[in-house]
Parts: sequence; C-alpha cells; structure tokens
Amino acid sequence: MSDTLIKMIFGRLSIESLPIHEPIVVATFAGVALGGVALLSALTYFRLWGYLWKEWFTTVDHKRIGIMYMVLGLVMLLRGFADAIMMRLQQSMAFGANEGYLNAHHYDQIFTAHGVIMIFFVAMPFVTGLMNFVVPLQIGARDVSFPFLNNFSFWMTAAGAALVMASLFIGEFARTGWLAMAPLSGLDYSPDVGVDYYIWALQIAGVGTLLSGVNLVATIVKMRAPGMGLMKMPIFTWTALATNILIVAAFPVLTAVLAMLSLDRYVGTHFFTNTAGGNPMMYVNMIWIWGHPEVYILILPAFGIFSEVTSTFSGKRLFGYTSMVYAVLVITILSYLVWLHHFFTMGSGASVNSFFGITTMIISIPTGAKIFNWLFTMYKGRIRFELPMMWTIAFMLTFVIGGMTGVMLAVPPADFVLHNSLFLVAHFHNVIIGGVLFGLFAGINYWWPKAFGFKLDKKWGLVSFWCWVVGFWVAFTPLYVLGLMGVTRRLRHFEDPSLQIWFVIAAIGAAIIAVGIAAFLLQIFVSIRNREALRDDSGDPWNARTLEWATSSPPPAYNFAFSPVIHDLDAWYDMKARGAKRPLTGYLPIHMPKNTGAGVILAGFSLVVGFAMIWYIWWLAAAAFLGLLVTAIAHTFNYDRDFYISAEEVTETENARTAVLARHGA
Amino acid sequence: MTPFRRALRPTALIATLAAPLILGGCDLVVMNPSGDVARQQADLILWSVFLMLLIIVPVMILTVVFAIKYRASNTESEYAPDWDHSTRIELVIWSAPLLIIIALGALTWLTTHQLDPYRPLDRIAPGKPIPAGQEPLEIQVVSLDWKWLFIYPEQGVATVNELVLPADRQVRFRLTSSSVMNTFYVPALAGMIYTMPGMETKLHAVMNRVGTFEGVSANYSGAGFSDMRFPTLSVDAAGFDQWVAKTKAAGGALDATQYLTLEKPSEKVPAMHFGTVQAGLFDRIVQMCVKPGTACGHGMMHHGAGAQEVAPAVNNRPGEGADGALMKSPDEMKTSPHLTHPHGAPAGHSEPGADSNRNMTRMDAPAYPGRAAAGEA
Repeated sequence: MSDTLIKMIFGRLSIESLPIHEPIVVATFAGVALGGVALLSALTYFRLWGYLWKEWFTTVDHKRIGIMYMVLGLVMLLRGFADAIMMRLQQSMAFGANEGYLNAHHYDQIFTAHGVIMIFFVAMPFVTGLMNFVVPLQIGARDVSFPFLNNFSFWMTAAGAALVMASLFIGEFARTGWLAMAPLSGLDYSPDVGVDYYIWALQIAGVGTLLSGVNLVATIVKMRAPGMGLMKMPIFTWTALATNILIVAAFPVLTAVLAMLSLDRYVGTHFFTNTAGGNPMMYVNMIWIWGHPEVYILILPAFGIFSEVTSTFSGKRLFGYTSMVYAVLVITILSYLVWLHHFFTMGSGASVNSFFGITTMIISIPTGAKIFNWLFTMYKGRIRFELPMMWTIAFMLTFVIGGMTGVMLAVPPADFVLHNSLFLVAHFHNVIIGGVLFGLFAGINYWWPKAFGFKLDKKWGLVSFWCWVVGFWVAFTPLYVLGLMGVTRRLRHFEDPSLQIWFVIAAIGAAIIAVGIAAFLLQIFVSIRNREALRDDSGDPWNARTLEWATSSPPPAYNFAFSPVIHDLDAWYDMKARGAKRPLTGYLPIHMPKNTGAGVILAGFSLVVGFAMIWYIWWLAAAAFLGLLVTAIAHTFNYDRDFYISAEEVTETENARTAVLARHGA
Repeated sequence: MTPFRRALRPTALIATLAAPLILGGCDLVVMNPSGDVARQQADLILWSVFLMLLIIVPVMILTVVFAIKYRASNTESEYAPDWDHSTRIELVIWSAPLLIIIALGALTWLTTHQLDPYRPLDRIAPGKPIPAGQEPLEIQVVSLDWKWLFIYPEQGVATVNELVLPADRQVRFRLTSSSVMNTFYVPALAGMIYTMPGMETKLHAVMNRVGTFEGVSANYSGAGFSDMRFPTLSVDAAGFDQWVAKTKAAGGALDATQYLTLEKPSEKVPAMHFGTVQAGLFDRIVQMCVKPGTACGHGMMHHGAGAQEVAPAVNNRPGEGADGALMKSPDEMKTSPHLTHPHGAPAGHSEPGADSNRNMTRMDAPAYPGRAAAGEA
C-alpha cells in the first residue's frame, strides 16, 4: 500500500504515535486495560448491560443524570489527582544534579492535564451534577425543561473527558498550560496533537456545558412550583440560576476563542499568530473574559450549598436572605469586569490596571457580606456538627485566607511580584479547594441520603474531612512561602537546594490529601455496605428546610405526586411547622419524558469527529459528522417521546411510602 | 507623594507583620528585596495584608466562637430559629468591607500609578533623588527559546543569560520576545513584565545593593522553560565600566546572522558575551525583520534608541508559519510520532557521565514542510 494511501487512511496516526517505549504510560495503560476488562466482564457476567443502558445511559431523569455527572467527576478527580501527585513528587526531588523522574514532555503535559481535568472534568461535572440533581427537586418540578437535552449534555461532557483520557495512551496531551495561551499553542510552536486534543475535548464538552446551562436557566425560570416567586426561591437555586446565566453568557466566548485557534491550526488563518496581523494578546484577553466568570461559575453553587447547610444545621432561617440574593447578583455582574487582573503584567497603563484592580476588590464586598451572613445564621442557632456543617466551617476558616491573598493579587504593583508565582498557585488552590471542593463535599454529604435513601458513614467521612483540611494546609502553605521566596510556577527543575524542604512538605501535604480521597472512597463503600443501618426512611434525615426534603429518598421518578404549593422561603420547614399532610388519594396519571439513546449516539459521533480531526483523518471526520447530522435529524422525527405513569402506579408508589412513613413514625 | 510614601513604611508595623513570614530565616526575597521598586511593592503587600486582617481576624474568631457557643449540646445559649434579619447588622456587614476596600482602592490607585513599570523613576532610594542629568541606563531584553539576550545599546555590548547592572542607577528595560511569551522577572529588583513577540514592553527599576541575584522567566514557554534562569550581577559604577571594557575587549560580534543562529531553540545555554552589537538590532527584533530580505515595514524610524513609542500590537508582517492542516496533501502530512519516541543522539552535553545526557528536556518537535525541525538547529 502506498504511503499516500496510508496517510489518507490514518492521517498522522502511526504505530509510533503510541507511547510504547514509555514504561510509566505502558504500565498505566496495562492497569487501566485490566481494570476495564474486569469491569466489562463483570457487567457482562452479571448481565448489567441492559440495565445500564435502559435505566442509566439513556435516562432523561434529572436525578440519574445528576448522579452520572458525579460519577464522571469522581473518576476524573482520581486522574487529575494522580497528575497532582506526580507534579509534587517531581518538584520535591528535582534539585541540582537530580533531574527528577519526569522529562519536560511529561511534566509539561501533566501540569496542563491537571489544570484542564480539575476545572473542566472534575469541578464542572460535580457542580453541574449537584445542580441537576437538586434544583428541580428544590423548585418542586418533575424534571428539567428539556430532559433529552440534559442527557445529551452529559454525554457530550463525558465524550470530552474520554478524549482527554485517550490522549494519555494515543499520542499526547497539550504542553501549554491549562489555558493553551497563544502563540505557544499555535501550529508554529505546538505542531503535534496535544493542543488539538485540548481544543476538541473542550469544544465537545463545551457544547454539553452550554446546553446544560440553557436547560437549567429555563428550568428555574419556568418550572417553579406555584407560589414560589423569585424571592421565595431557595438560595442554592438562586446561585444555580446565577451560575447558569454565567455559563450561557461566558462559554460561547470560550467556544469562539477555541474556534479561532482551530482555524489558525487547521485552515492557516492568523488570529493569534505572531505574523500576518495576528495578535496573541487577543487570545489572552478572550480566554480570560471566559476564564474569570468560570471561577464564579464554580464558586457560586458552592456558596449556595454552604447557605443551605448552615441554615439547616443551625436550625435557623438563613440570615439576610435578600442581601444574599443581591450579593450573588452583584458577583455575577462584576465577574465580567475583572478579567484583566490575570495579566496586569502585560504592560497595560496604570489607569487600566487600577480600574481592574479596584473592580476585583469590589467583588470581595458582597463575598464578605455572604461570609457574615453565614456567621449570623450560626448566631443564636443550635449547630449540629454533622459532616456538611464541618465542611462549611472549614470552608469559612480556609476561604477567608484565600480571599485575602486574592485581594493582595488584585493590587497591581503587588501582583507584579506575585503573578505567575507559587503564591498565585497557592491562592487559587486555596479558593478552589477551600471553596469549591469543600462545598462539593458538604453538598455530597448533605444530599447523598436524598439520592440513595441512606446517609454516608460519619467515621470515614471525618477521616476524609480531616485529611483534606490538614492536607490542604500542609500542601499549600509551603507554596505561599515559596511564592514570597520568588519561586515561579510550572518549573520542572530547581537549582537552589534551600527550597527543597518546602517542596517536600508540600508533597507530604499532597500525600495526606491522597489519604483523604481514599477515605472518601472508603466512606462511600462502607456506607453502601452498611446501608441498612444508615437507612433513612423519613426522606428528611437532617430536619432540613427546603422542598427537596418533602419527598421520599430516593425520590420517585416523578419527584412529587402533586405539585407542592409554596407559601414560604423555607417551604418544607413551613409545611412541617403548619403540620401539612401528604395527600393520600386522588392521584392522577403523570406525564413524563421517555428515555432515548440519541444522546449517547450523538456524543459518540462527536467523539469520533474530534478524534479524527485531531489525527487529520479527514474521511473519518466527514463520515462521523455526517452520522451526527443524520442522527440529529432522525431524532427530530422521533415523536415517541413521552408517556404517562398511570394513576395506579403512582398510587402504588405513594402507598408504599405512606406505609414506610407510618413505620418510621411509629 | 513623598510624605505619603514615607507614611507607608512605619518600621514597627513591617517588623510585626513580617515576623511570622520570615519563618526561620529563609530568604523571602519578595519581602526583602534589594531594589527600591521591589521594596515599595513589598511594603504594599504588607499594607494590604494589614488592612484586610482588620476584617479577617474578627471573622475567623467569630466563626470559632459562634461554632462553639451555639453548638447544639449547649442548651444554655439563646436560640432564635426565626431571627433572620437585622438592618443594623446588615449595614455593618456591608459597610465594613466597603470601608476597607475604599482604603485599599485609594492605595491601589496611587501605587499603581506610582509604580507603573513604564514610568521613569523619581528616586533611586528613599530620600535619594536621581542625580541631575543622569540618564537611565537602557538595557534591551529579548527572550529567546530558551535563554535571555541582553543588549546594552549605549555600551555596544550584549550578553546571553547574564544580566549586569550598575547599582544605584536607574535602568530602563525595553523588552520583547523572539517567538512565544515569557516574563522577565528578577525578584530582588522589581516586579515582572511580559516579553511578547512583535511587541515591546518597558520596565524601570533600580538595584540598590551590590551582589548576585537570580532572574527567571516566570511564564511557561515550552520545553526548556525551567532553565531560563540568568544570574543578575549588580556591581558599582566603576565595576560596571570595567565589565563593559572587558566585554568589549573579549570580542565577539552580535549581528543579524549571529542572532538568527542564537534564536534557534536551545537549552541550558551558558553565559555568552558579545563585544559589538549591530546597531538597531533590537528594533528589528521587535518588528520581526531580522532575517535578511524581510523589510521592516512600519515606523522603523520612530523606534530609535530611547524612543518612547511602543510598536503597535497588531503587526502586518507577512505570514511565514505553517499552513493549516487542512491545506496539506496527504504526501505533505507527516505522521506524529510520540514526542518521547527515542530518536538520535541527545542534543545536550556530550561528556560521558554528564547528567544532561539523560536528555530530560530535549525538544524534538516533529518537522513539517517549510520549516526546519527544531532538533536540527
């Protein structure tokens, strides 16, 4: 076969593209392959394929999609954290004559992959998953506005994650840093497949994120239960609304900037090249116009979780609900006015720098007000130190330090010495771990019983909690110190031996966090094993306040047999206080969306398009794109999209719950 | 401005705040720098921390106090389940951060203008104005893959990976890059600033102590990034003149040809010295027209030494990079072997036993039509 023909068939993919000479990668691949084969065999052996396909992969139930997002986030957390451990190990040993164990190709891919995975495929799926699960329940809806779109969004995110994972074994990932700054990410300086993996993974996952944002905005705006005016909406739903508005407004910017970068790489345009009128600074501007709101996309739902948790476990109404809502909205708007603070050191004028420095500081005012609101929610409360509340208090003590270092970085002349330093790295981990991740753990511990009907084990939860909190401080305090010692980020090798001790301490911190992650997995495992002992039949294990706790745990497919009518901000607390009774008769058939495999197929085709474009296999890209179009069009002709849950079935389900509640009450 | 700046530096405050930061005597160069600009930036860090601690310390204390006092087991404490609003408290919790941000915002506005890297300095050290008639020393900085080029246009010398400064004299850096973005950062001297291809940035600074300091690139720029370090030697005025004379005497010429060789990717480059430098080289680098036959299109005449203009961000150089992937015929398309696939002898040092033989950072990007592979440089 001629060389030309081989190239036409396989593009730039060849046997040599596989890292078969890399022992670490080969061993990892062997591990993943063995685990994968074991998993697939087990699924086949236990005949679970049909169940998974019918009940999970094709589901349009927002609760199951939410859970699938959480599983995706957890799997990717393990990958992203493996990258983190490898970096900490490299930096703690590579001093002087010792080059460490990673060469630049690997190290540079690892820090890029760590950032991309942690933001796009850990934090985003976790946040989206929680919003997906909780929001429709909190507003008394039966599902999201566009249930099929929800399924499709999830699978697009999963396809993006699959591309990132594929880059580990086929070719390589980008070596550019997590934002793939031009001109380094252009074809001139990164001609290999890494940046293409980056682009296609984020573009495909980005479709999912954007559509999920549209979906949740529509859901919150249109599908609230009767009586739930905007100012009676639970605060988590408010933050979800703000976050999804940010997603809808910000992600198209990312899509556009990555599309322009792909045009530069595939068609030879010059948006961000050094020559022919290109302007790399425009890339920096545009990526941060998306990138800064992205930070708030992650943190706002965490703020919402902390609000719900503080109120529930203090046994009190949330202090200053109205000012909390306004604080969220102010943050939403201001998050678009601060992006330039990421590059004060690129030579903007003093007045421009001051403007963006001051707008950044202004964000700390509503954020500070929120912290005070949580504080005064605790004031005169009866605080129960369950796991979600412990995560919240750890957050309050950790996050204020991250906020303080953030404002330090917002002062332009101070930023001149702290920018791109390990101080900056410590800062954003301080807010993302201490804010977003602590919030997600609070949320997971809080809503787990709602999702599965039993609580998470407290003992292992505490081990995980203390390891995370202590590990975080042990890992990142040294980075603050190193930043003040003038050490900058992304370095693979150091000369000054006096720095080593700090990197060793940081590595120990990362190891403690590893124990925290292991304890979290054990917590889930132990809880599933002891689920009968941990079972909660009431549907309201925390004596909580919002509507999701009014239904059973796990909720039935239709969430609520009757749409609840809302009279108070804390709807469920209000219902309990007024002694509202569950209606026991008069059930009607419930109109529900039907499962469909279209989302899986569309995302599968997108994955192939992405892979083929990365490797320049044009025929395959064209064929898969055609498949994508045909499936999408064919799906529009599918009129078999809904069904009714019969009144008998609803009656049966609700009667079963009545029986359980009676037993529980007795 | 001067009294204001002086008020910024009460020694007692700095000592108190810095004490926990010193942490057993490790070298916090950012907080204890040797240049006046970096000194002021360090003071600003301390002031902003102080202002914020005014609110953060009470918040942290209150969090712990409330958590303990209002724990569920403490039935002594007051319980007000429906208490959710107090106009007085809300006023305080919004205005307290607001007041601090007003103070910090004012400080930010003033210091950002005062410490603007483009603004010539108005003093060498506190209470030490710039001697009348003394012009700043101009040093032109070019970040290359992966080393630093320093051109001293008035002295007509140049160095690679070694920066020599006269102490107590204002330096005006003009900076650019040959390929991708880097950041020029000497922590002991002043804050960092990006170097960008086809663009020029500026930085004014002064070193107040004599000694050897470390300089780095603070922005990731590719495989050899970790080794883009340069010693920064601060010497007295006489020492600087001697160094210039010695460098001139040692010979070596930096002209366009030499520059084009130098520009090619290389790592861990030891310090190099050039006794003569082709006039206007830096301006040609900024305009990306060093290569013979490339015309310097716009505004060449406006960018002589000492000119204040900055080359416009949008360039109009003809494109010379790779064609888009879709434009290639299958024959032109190379396969993309894994970058760590073993091929050929390492490009690093070749002494037996040398650590660099482990070839840990060698860049060997796959070749594509129209451009030489980086490894062939």
